[in-house]
Amino acid sequence: MAQPIAGIQKGCALECRGVTYRLPSGTALVSDLNLTVARGETLVLLGRSGSGKTTTLKLFNRLLEPSDGEIFIAGRPSSAWDPIQLRRGIGYVIQDAGLFPHWSVERNVALVPQLEHWPEERIRARVKEMLELVGLPPAEFATRRPSELSGGQRQRVGVARALAADQPILLMDEPFGALDPVTRAELQREFRVLASRLEKTIVFVTHDVREALFLGTRIALLAGGRLAGVHAREEFLNATEPEVRAFVASLQLSRGDEEVR
Amino acid sequence: MNWYDFLLRNRGEVLERTAEHIGLVAAAMAIALAIGLPLGIALVRRVTLQRWVLAVANVVQTIPSLALFGFLIPVPWIGGVGASTAIVALALYALLPILRNTCTGITGVDAAVIESARGMGMTPQQVLWQVELPLAAPVLLAGIRVATVISVGITTIAAAIGAGGLGVFIFRGVAMVNNQVILAGAIPAALLAVLADFGLGVVQRRLATR
Repeated sequence: MAQPIAGIQKGCALECRGVTYRLPSGTALVSDLNLTVARGETLVLLGRSGSGKTTTLKLFNRLLEPSDGEIFIAGRPSSAWDPIQLRRGIGYVIQDAGLFPHWSVERNVALVPQLEHWPEERIRARVKEMLELVGLPPAEFATRRPSELSGGQRQRVGVARALAADQPILLMDEPFGALDPVTRAELQREFRVLASRLEKTIVFVTHDVREALFLGTRIALLAGGRLAGVHAREEFLNATEPEVRAFVASLQLSRGDEEVR
Repeated sequence: MNWYDFLLRNRGEVLERTAEHIGLVAAAMAIALAIGLPLGIALVRRVTLQRWVLAVANVVQTIPSLALFGFLIPVPWIGGVGASTAIVALALYALLPILRNTCTGITGVDAAVIESARGMGMTPQQVLWQVELPLAAPVLLAGIRVATVISVGITTIAAAIGAGGLGVFIFRGVAMVNNQVILAGAIPAALLAVLADFGLGVVQRRLATR
Protein backbone atom coordinates (compact mmCIF):
# COMPACT_ATOMS: atom_id res chain seq x y z
CA MET A 1 0.00 0.00 0.00
CA ALA A 2 1.09 3.53 -0.67
CA GLN A 3 1.90 5.82 2.19
CA PRO A 4 -0.15 8.99 2.55
CA ILE A 5 1.50 11.70 0.51
CA ALA A 6 2.46 14.95 2.20
CA GLY A 7 0.54 13.95 5.29
CA ILE A 8 -2.86 14.07 3.58
CA GLN A 9 -4.77 11.29 5.28
CA LYS A 10 -7.26 9.09 3.54
CA GLY A 11 -10.86 10.09 3.82
CA CYS A 12 -10.17 13.74 4.47
CA ALA A 13 -12.53 16.56 3.68
CA LEU A 14 -12.30 19.74 1.68
CA GLU A 15 -13.91 23.01 2.60
CA CYS A 16 -14.35 26.46 1.08
CA ARG A 17 -15.11 29.31 3.47
CA GLY A 18 -16.22 32.57 1.88
CA VAL A 19 -13.95 31.98 -1.11
CA THR A 20 -13.80 34.62 -3.83
CA TYR A 21 -11.50 34.52 -6.83
CA ARG A 22 -10.97 37.68 -8.82
CA LEU A 23 -8.96 38.24 -11.98
CA PRO A 24 -6.34 41.01 -11.84
CA SER A 25 -8.88 43.10 -13.77
CA GLY A 26 -11.27 42.82 -10.82
CA THR A 27 -13.83 40.51 -12.41
CA ALA A 28 -14.91 37.87 -9.92
CA LEU A 29 -15.03 34.34 -11.35
CA VAL A 30 -16.10 32.81 -8.05
CA SER A 31 -17.88 34.82 -5.36
CA ASP A 32 -18.31 34.04 -1.68
CA LEU A 33 -18.30 30.30 -2.06
CA ASN A 34 -19.11 28.19 1.01
CA LEU A 35 -18.90 24.50 0.34
CA THR A 36 -17.87 21.32 2.09
CA VAL A 37 -16.82 18.09 0.45
CA ALA A 38 -17.26 15.23 2.91
CA ARG A 39 -14.76 12.41 3.22
CA GLY A 40 -15.21 9.72 0.65
CA GLU A 41 -17.99 11.42 -1.27
CA THR A 42 -18.15 12.44 -4.91
CA LEU A 43 -19.22 16.06 -5.07
CA VAL A 44 -20.18 17.18 -8.54
CA LEU A 45 -19.72 20.82 -9.46
CA LEU A 46 -22.39 21.39 -12.07
CA GLY A 47 -22.87 24.53 -14.09
CA ARG A 48 -22.90 26.14 -17.49
CA SER A 49 -19.74 27.29 -19.24
CA GLY A 50 -18.19 30.20 -17.35
CA SER A 51 -20.02 29.46 -14.10
CA GLY A 52 -16.76 29.08 -12.15
CA LYS A 53 -16.56 25.27 -11.91
CA THR A 54 -13.05 24.89 -13.22
CA THR A 55 -11.87 27.93 -11.27
CA THR A 56 -13.19 26.36 -8.06
CA LEU A 57 -11.44 23.10 -8.84
CA LYS A 58 -8.11 24.85 -9.43
CA LEU A 59 -8.44 26.61 -6.09
CA PHE A 60 -8.35 23.23 -4.36
CA ASN A 61 -4.93 22.25 -5.72
CA ARG A 62 -3.60 25.80 -5.58
CA LEU A 63 -3.25 26.24 -9.32
CA LEU A 64 -5.14 29.40 -8.36
CA GLU A 65 -5.09 31.24 -5.04
CA PRO A 66 -8.29 32.69 -3.54
CA SER A 67 -8.50 36.49 -3.49
CA ASP A 68 -10.67 36.29 -0.35
CA GLY A 69 -11.70 33.58 2.05
CA GLU A 70 -9.95 30.34 2.77
CA ILE A 71 -9.85 26.77 1.60
CA PHE A 72 -9.25 23.93 4.01
CA ILE A 73 -7.75 20.64 2.98
CA ALA A 74 -7.84 17.92 5.61
CA GLY A 75 -8.56 20.61 8.17
CA ARG A 76 -5.55 22.76 7.27
CA PRO A 77 -5.79 26.02 5.34
CA SER A 78 -4.55 25.48 1.78
CA SER A 79 -2.12 28.37 2.19
CA ALA A 80 -0.36 26.36 4.92
CA TRP A 81 0.39 23.49 2.54
CA ASP A 82 3.43 23.47 0.32
CA PRO A 83 1.75 23.71 -3.10
CA ILE A 84 3.98 21.09 -4.72
CA GLN A 85 3.48 18.54 -1.92
CA LEU A 86 -0.22 19.30 -1.81
CA ARG A 87 -0.64 18.66 -5.54
CA ARG A 88 1.19 15.35 -5.29
CA GLY A 89 -1.43 14.27 -2.79
CA ILE A 90 -4.29 15.26 -5.09
CA GLY A 91 -5.02 13.36 -8.28
CA TYR A 92 -5.92 15.66 -11.18
CA VAL A 93 -7.67 14.58 -14.35
CA ILE A 94 -8.61 17.05 -17.07
CA GLN A 95 -10.41 16.87 -20.38
CA ASP A 96 -8.19 15.23 -23.04
CA ALA A 97 -6.25 13.79 -20.07
CA GLY A 98 -3.23 16.11 -20.51
CA LEU A 99 -0.92 13.13 -20.91
CA PHE A 100 2.70 13.86 -21.79
CA PRO A 101 2.90 12.99 -25.50
CA HIS A 102 6.65 12.28 -25.35
CA TRP A 103 6.31 9.68 -22.59
CA SER A 104 5.03 6.11 -22.75
CA VAL A 105 1.78 5.18 -21.01
CA GLU A 106 3.84 3.47 -18.32
CA ARG A 107 5.93 6.55 -17.62
CA ASN A 108 2.88 8.81 -17.62
CA VAL A 109 1.19 6.67 -14.98
CA ALA A 110 4.41 6.52 -12.95
CA LEU A 111 4.67 10.31 -12.82
CA VAL A 112 3.80 11.06 -9.20
CA PRO A 113 5.41 7.92 -7.69
CA GLN A 114 8.54 8.92 -9.57
CA LEU A 115 8.37 12.50 -8.32
CA GLU A 116 8.03 11.01 -4.85
CA HIS A 117 11.11 8.79 -5.38
CA TRP A 118 9.45 5.44 -4.90
CA PRO A 119 11.79 2.49 -5.43
CA GLU A 120 11.88 1.26 -9.03
CA GLU A 121 10.21 -2.16 -8.48
CA ARG A 122 7.43 -0.65 -6.44
CA ILE A 123 6.67 1.85 -9.20
CA ARG A 124 6.62 -0.89 -11.82
CA ALA A 125 4.24 -3.03 -9.75
CA ARG A 126 2.00 -0.06 -9.05
CA VAL A 127 1.80 0.98 -12.71
CA LYS A 128 0.81 -2.55 -13.65
CA GLU A 129 -1.84 -2.60 -10.94
CA MET A 130 -3.25 0.78 -12.03
CA LEU A 131 -3.42 -0.13 -15.71
CA GLU A 132 -5.29 -3.30 -14.82
CA LEU A 133 -7.61 -1.29 -12.60
CA VAL A 134 -8.64 0.98 -15.48
CA GLY A 135 -9.01 -1.91 -17.90
CA LEU A 136 -5.87 -1.53 -20.00
CA PRO A 137 -3.83 -4.77 -20.08
CA PRO A 138 -0.27 -3.65 -19.25
CA ALA A 139 1.34 -6.10 -21.68
CA GLU A 140 -0.45 -4.38 -24.53
CA PHE A 141 -0.53 -0.76 -23.40
CA ALA A 142 2.42 -0.02 -21.10
CA THR A 143 4.90 0.87 -23.82
CA ARG A 144 2.53 2.76 -26.11
CA ARG A 145 2.62 6.48 -26.65
CA PRO A 146 -0.51 8.54 -25.91
CA SER A 147 -0.81 9.20 -29.67
CA GLU A 148 -1.32 5.47 -30.18
CA LEU A 149 -4.41 5.40 -27.96
CA SER A 150 -8.07 6.21 -28.56
CA GLY A 151 -9.70 9.08 -26.67
CA GLY A 152 -11.28 6.70 -24.18
CA GLN A 153 -8.02 4.87 -23.58
CA ARG A 154 -6.19 8.15 -23.04
CA GLN A 155 -8.76 9.14 -20.45
CA ARG A 156 -8.30 5.78 -18.69
CA VAL A 157 -4.57 6.43 -18.54
CA GLY A 158 -5.35 9.88 -17.12
CA VAL A 159 -7.39 8.27 -14.35
CA ALA A 160 -4.66 5.67 -13.71
CA ARG A 161 -2.10 8.47 -13.43
CA ALA A 162 -4.27 10.36 -10.95
CA LEU A 163 -4.64 7.24 -8.78
CA ALA A 164 -1.08 5.93 -9.05
CA ALA A 165 0.29 7.39 -5.83
CA ASP A 166 -2.94 6.49 -4.02
CA GLN A 167 -3.80 10.16 -3.70
CA PRO A 168 -6.63 10.52 -1.15
CA ILE A 169 -8.24 13.35 -3.12
CA LEU A 170 -9.24 13.36 -6.77
CA LEU A 171 -10.09 16.44 -8.81
CA MET A 172 -11.69 15.78 -12.19
CA ASP A 173 -12.40 18.52 -14.74
CA GLU A 174 -14.86 17.22 -17.33
CA PRO A 175 -12.74 14.11 -17.75
CA PHE A 176 -15.22 12.42 -20.08
CA GLY A 177 -16.34 15.58 -21.90
CA ALA A 178 -14.55 14.96 -25.18
CA LEU A 179 -15.58 11.31 -25.60
CA ASP A 180 -18.21 9.85 -27.87
CA PRO A 181 -21.49 8.99 -26.07
CA VAL A 182 -20.92 5.24 -25.99
CA THR A 183 -17.38 5.45 -24.64
CA ARG A 184 -18.48 8.12 -22.21
CA ALA A 185 -21.26 5.95 -20.77
CA GLU A 186 -18.82 3.05 -20.48
CA LEU A 187 -16.26 5.13 -18.60
CA GLN A 188 -18.91 6.69 -16.38
CA ARG A 189 -20.16 3.24 -15.34
CA GLU A 190 -16.68 1.98 -14.61
CA PHE A 191 -15.74 5.14 -12.79
CA ARG A 192 -18.77 4.92 -10.53
CA VAL A 193 -17.74 1.43 -9.47
CA LEU A 194 -14.16 2.59 -8.97
CA ALA A 195 -15.21 5.62 -6.91
CA SER A 196 -17.36 3.58 -4.56
CA ARG A 197 -14.56 1.08 -4.07
CA LEU A 198 -11.63 3.45 -3.57
CA GLU A 199 -12.94 5.70 -0.78
CA LYS A 200 -11.49 8.84 -2.30
CA THR A 201 -12.76 12.34 -1.76
CA ILE A 202 -13.70 13.37 -5.27
CA VAL A 203 -14.65 16.69 -6.79
CA PHE A 204 -16.01 16.23 -10.30
CA VAL A 205 -16.71 19.11 -12.69
CA THR A 206 -19.25 18.72 -15.47
CA HIS A 207 -21.91 20.63 -17.38
CA ASP A 208 -23.83 17.43 -18.07
CA VAL A 209 -26.75 16.98 -15.61
CA ARG A 210 -27.11 13.34 -16.45
CA GLU A 211 -23.46 12.71 -15.64
CA ALA A 212 -23.88 14.71 -12.42
CA LEU A 213 -26.86 12.60 -11.36
CA PHE A 214 -25.11 9.38 -12.27
CA LEU A 215 -21.80 10.00 -10.50
CA GLY A 216 -22.40 12.50 -7.73
CA THR A 217 -23.35 11.69 -4.17
CA ARG A 218 -24.13 15.39 -3.96
CA ILE A 219 -24.45 18.03 -6.62
CA ALA A 220 -23.39 21.65 -6.18
CA LEU A 221 -24.83 23.92 -8.83
CA LEU A 222 -22.79 26.99 -9.74
CA ALA A 223 -24.26 29.93 -11.63
CA GLY A 224 -22.34 33.09 -12.41
CA GLY A 225 -19.62 32.20 -9.94
CA ARG A 226 -22.06 31.72 -7.04
CA LEU A 227 -23.39 28.61 -5.43
CA ALA A 228 -27.03 28.24 -6.47
CA GLY A 229 -27.67 25.18 -4.32
CA VAL A 230 -26.21 21.93 -3.04
CA HIS A 231 -28.39 18.84 -3.10
CA ALA A 232 -28.06 15.15 -2.56
CA ARG A 233 -28.50 13.23 -5.78
CA GLU A 234 -32.00 12.06 -4.77
CA GLU A 235 -33.21 15.57 -3.97
CA PHE A 236 -31.78 17.35 -6.99
CA LEU A 237 -34.72 16.66 -9.32
CA ASN A 238 -37.18 18.13 -6.83
CA ALA A 239 -35.15 21.15 -5.80
CA THR A 240 -36.88 24.50 -6.03
CA GLU A 241 -34.09 26.92 -6.95
CA PRO A 242 -34.75 28.38 -10.41
CA GLU A 243 -31.19 27.59 -11.60
CA VAL A 244 -31.64 23.95 -10.63
CA ARG A 245 -35.09 23.86 -12.25
CA ALA A 246 -33.52 25.13 -15.48
CA PHE A 247 -31.04 22.26 -15.47
CA VAL A 248 -33.71 19.71 -14.63
CA ALA A 249 -35.87 21.10 -17.42
CA SER A 250 -33.03 20.67 -19.92
CA LEU A 251 -32.95 17.05 -18.83
CA GLN A 252 -36.63 16.51 -19.55
CA LEU A 253 -36.26 17.93 -23.04
CA SER A 254 -34.02 15.03 -23.89
CA ARG A 255 -34.86 11.39 -23.53
CA GLY A 256 -33.51 8.72 -21.27
CA ASP A 257 -35.10 9.72 -17.97
CA GLU A 258 -35.16 6.19 -16.65
CA GLU A 259 -31.36 6.08 -16.83
CA VAL A 260 -31.31 9.03 -14.47
CA ARG A 261 -33.16 7.22 -11.74
CA MET B 1 44.31 23.97 -64.27
CA ASN B 2 40.94 22.82 -62.97
CA TRP B 3 39.44 24.10 -59.72
CA TYR B 4 39.72 20.70 -58.07
CA ASP B 5 43.35 20.37 -59.18
CA PHE B 6 43.91 23.63 -57.38
CA LEU B 7 41.96 22.33 -54.43
CA LEU B 8 44.03 19.13 -54.30
CA ARG B 9 47.32 20.90 -54.66
CA ASN B 10 46.43 23.29 -51.86
CA ARG B 11 44.51 20.83 -49.72
CA GLY B 12 46.63 21.73 -46.72
CA GLU B 13 45.46 25.30 -46.71
CA VAL B 14 41.91 24.38 -47.76
CA LEU B 15 41.60 22.04 -44.78
CA GLU B 16 43.09 24.63 -42.50
CA ARG B 17 40.65 27.28 -43.71
CA THR B 18 37.74 24.84 -43.43
CA ALA B 19 38.70 24.07 -39.85
CA GLU B 20 38.95 27.81 -39.19
CA HIS B 21 35.54 28.29 -40.76
CA ILE B 22 33.95 25.56 -38.64
CA GLY B 23 35.69 26.96 -35.57
CA LEU B 24 34.22 30.43 -36.16
CA VAL B 25 30.72 29.02 -36.66
CA ALA B 26 31.02 26.76 -33.60
CA ALA B 27 32.25 29.57 -31.36
CA ALA B 28 29.50 31.93 -32.53
CA MET B 29 26.81 29.25 -32.13
CA ALA B 30 28.05 28.38 -28.65
CA ILE B 31 27.74 32.03 -27.60
CA ALA B 32 24.35 32.47 -29.31
CA LEU B 33 23.00 29.32 -27.62
CA ALA B 34 24.42 30.25 -24.23
CA ILE B 35 22.62 33.59 -24.44
CA GLY B 36 19.63 32.75 -26.61
CA LEU B 37 18.29 29.64 -24.85
CA PRO B 38 18.17 31.01 -21.28
CA LEU B 39 17.00 34.42 -22.52
CA GLY B 40 14.29 32.81 -24.65
CA ILE B 41 13.13 30.67 -21.72
CA ALA B 42 13.06 33.73 -19.46
CA LEU B 43 11.03 35.66 -22.04
CA VAL B 44 8.36 33.02 -22.65
CA ARG B 45 6.00 34.41 -20.03
CA ARG B 46 7.02 38.06 -20.35
CA VAL B 47 5.10 38.89 -23.49
CA THR B 48 5.77 42.62 -23.75
CA LEU B 49 9.48 42.32 -23.03
CA GLN B 50 9.65 39.42 -25.47
CA ARG B 51 8.22 41.59 -28.22
CA TRP B 52 10.85 44.28 -27.57
CA VAL B 53 13.78 41.88 -27.43
CA LEU B 54 12.68 40.12 -30.62
CA ALA B 55 12.24 43.50 -32.34
CA VAL B 56 15.80 44.47 -31.44
CA ALA B 57 17.15 41.10 -32.57
CA ASN B 58 15.20 41.58 -35.78
CA VAL B 59 16.84 44.95 -36.42
CA VAL B 60 20.29 43.43 -35.84
CA GLN B 61 19.39 40.71 -38.32
CA THR B 62 18.59 43.27 -41.03
CA ILE B 63 21.96 45.06 -40.78
CA PRO B 64 24.09 43.94 -43.76
CA SER B 65 26.85 41.68 -42.47
CA LEU B 66 29.76 43.72 -43.79
CA ALA B 67 28.22 46.82 -42.18
CA LEU B 68 27.83 44.99 -38.86
CA PHE B 69 31.50 43.94 -39.00
CA GLY B 70 32.31 47.57 -39.68
CA PHE B 71 30.24 48.76 -36.73
CA LEU B 72 31.98 46.34 -34.38
CA ILE B 73 35.58 47.07 -35.37
CA PRO B 74 35.83 50.38 -33.45
CA VAL B 75 34.14 48.92 -30.33
CA PRO B 76 36.69 48.51 -27.51
CA TRP B 77 37.33 45.03 -25.97
CA ILE B 78 35.43 43.00 -28.55
CA GLY B 79 36.29 45.05 -31.61
CA GLY B 80 39.35 45.31 -33.77
CA VAL B 81 40.30 43.34 -36.83
CA GLY B 82 40.21 39.55 -36.45
CA ALA B 83 38.31 36.51 -35.36
CA SER B 84 36.82 37.84 -32.11
CA THR B 85 34.92 40.64 -33.86
CA ALA B 86 33.64 38.18 -36.43
CA ILE B 87 32.47 35.77 -33.73
CA VAL B 88 30.53 38.51 -31.94
CA ALA B 89 28.81 39.56 -35.17
CA LEU B 90 27.99 35.96 -36.10
CA ALA B 91 26.58 35.32 -32.63
CA LEU B 92 24.37 38.39 -32.98
CA TYR B 93 22.99 37.04 -36.26
CA ALA B 94 22.41 33.58 -34.82
CA LEU B 95 20.64 35.01 -31.79
CA LEU B 96 17.36 35.92 -33.49
CA PRO B 97 16.38 32.48 -34.84
CA ILE B 98 17.39 30.83 -31.57
CA LEU B 99 15.51 33.33 -29.42
CA ARG B 100 12.43 33.34 -31.59
CA ASN B 101 12.20 29.56 -31.82
CA THR B 102 12.82 29.08 -28.10
CA CYS B 103 9.90 31.40 -27.37
CA THR B 104 7.52 30.02 -29.98
CA GLY B 105 8.54 26.42 -29.29
CA ILE B 106 7.75 26.60 -25.59
CA THR B 107 4.65 28.76 -26.10
CA GLY B 108 3.40 26.16 -28.58
CA VAL B 109 3.41 23.30 -26.06
CA ASP B 110 -0.17 22.17 -25.37
CA ALA B 111 -1.51 24.19 -22.41
CA ALA B 112 -3.40 21.14 -21.10
CA VAL B 113 -0.15 19.19 -20.83
CA ILE B 114 1.52 21.96 -18.85
CA GLU B 115 -1.49 22.40 -16.64
CA SER B 116 -1.64 18.74 -15.77
CA ALA B 117 2.12 18.71 -15.17
CA ARG B 118 1.74 21.53 -12.64
CA GLY B 119 -1.45 20.05 -11.24
CA MET B 120 0.23 16.70 -10.58
CA GLY B 121 2.88 18.42 -8.48
CA MET B 122 5.87 18.97 -10.75
CA THR B 123 8.07 21.89 -9.73
CA PRO B 124 8.54 24.70 -12.28
CA GLN B 125 12.05 23.33 -12.96
CA GLN B 126 10.68 19.85 -13.60
CA VAL B 127 7.99 21.23 -15.90
CA LEU B 128 10.66 23.11 -17.86
CA TRP B 129 13.20 20.29 -18.19
CA GLN B 130 10.92 17.27 -18.42
CA VAL B 131 7.95 18.68 -20.32
CA GLU B 132 8.42 22.06 -21.99
CA LEU B 133 11.93 21.69 -23.38
CA PRO B 134 11.56 18.11 -24.72
CA LEU B 135 8.27 19.03 -26.38
CA ALA B 136 9.69 22.26 -27.81
CA ALA B 137 12.85 20.48 -28.99
CA PRO B 138 11.90 20.10 -32.69
CA VAL B 139 11.07 23.81 -32.98
CA LEU B 140 14.18 24.74 -31.00
CA LEU B 141 16.29 22.62 -33.29
CA ALA B 142 14.74 24.24 -36.36
CA GLY B 143 15.99 27.58 -35.00
CA ILE B 144 19.46 26.19 -34.37
CA ARG B 145 19.50 24.81 -37.89
CA VAL B 146 18.62 28.14 -39.50
CA ALA B 147 21.14 29.94 -37.29
CA THR B 148 23.90 27.48 -38.22
CA VAL B 149 23.28 27.78 -41.94
CA ILE B 150 23.22 31.58 -41.72
CA SER B 151 26.48 31.51 -39.74
CA VAL B 152 28.24 29.29 -42.28
CA GLY B 153 27.25 31.77 -44.98
CA ILE B 154 28.19 34.97 -43.17
CA THR B 155 31.49 33.49 -42.00
CA THR B 156 32.71 33.62 -45.61
CA ILE B 157 32.41 37.41 -45.40
CA ALA B 158 34.30 37.45 -42.10
CA ALA B 159 37.49 36.94 -44.08
CA ALA B 160 37.15 40.60 -45.10
CA ILE B 161 38.01 41.66 -41.56
CA GLY B 162 40.83 39.19 -41.20
CA ALA B 163 38.97 36.47 -39.33
CA GLY B 164 40.13 33.71 -41.68
CA GLY B 165 37.88 30.91 -42.90
CA LEU B 166 37.04 29.81 -46.43
CA GLY B 167 36.20 33.38 -47.43
CA VAL B 168 39.94 34.01 -47.61
CA PHE B 169 40.06 32.07 -50.91
CA ILE B 170 37.05 33.90 -52.27
CA PHE B 171 38.41 37.37 -51.56
CA ARG B 172 41.89 36.37 -52.74
CA GLY B 173 40.42 34.90 -55.93
CA VAL B 174 38.43 38.06 -56.60
CA ALA B 175 41.55 40.16 -56.13
CA MET B 176 43.57 37.86 -58.42
CA VAL B 177 40.70 37.54 -60.91
CA ASN B 178 41.19 33.79 -60.59
CA ASN B 179 38.08 31.60 -60.63
CA GLN B 180 39.92 28.51 -59.38
CA VAL B 181 40.91 30.28 -56.20
CA ILE B 182 37.37 31.62 -55.72
CA LEU B 183 35.88 28.15 -56.17
CA ALA B 184 38.39 26.60 -53.77
CA GLY B 185 36.67 28.68 -51.10
CA ALA B 186 33.15 28.84 -52.44
CA ILE B 187 32.59 25.12 -53.00
CA PRO B 188 33.70 23.88 -49.58
CA ALA B 189 31.72 26.73 -47.97
CA ALA B 190 28.57 25.79 -49.87
CA LEU B 191 29.10 22.11 -49.05
CA LEU B 192 29.53 22.97 -45.39
CA ALA B 193 26.21 24.85 -45.36
CA VAL B 194 24.38 22.04 -47.14
CA LEU B 195 25.86 19.42 -44.81
CA ALA B 196 24.97 21.40 -41.70
CA ASP B 197 21.44 21.89 -42.96
CA PHE B 198 21.04 18.23 -43.85
CA GLY B 199 22.59 16.90 -40.65
CA LEU B 200 20.55 19.09 -38.33
CA GLY B 201 17.48 18.36 -40.44
CA VAL B 202 17.90 14.65 -39.78
CA VAL B 203 18.21 15.27 -36.04
CA GLN B 204 15.19 17.56 -36.12
CA ARG B 205 13.02 15.00 -37.86
CA ARG B 206 14.13 12.30 -35.44
CA LEU B 207 13.12 14.52 -32.51
CA ALA B 208 9.78 15.33 -34.08
CA THR B 209 8.76 11.70 -34.59
CA ARG B 210 9.92 10.58 -31.17
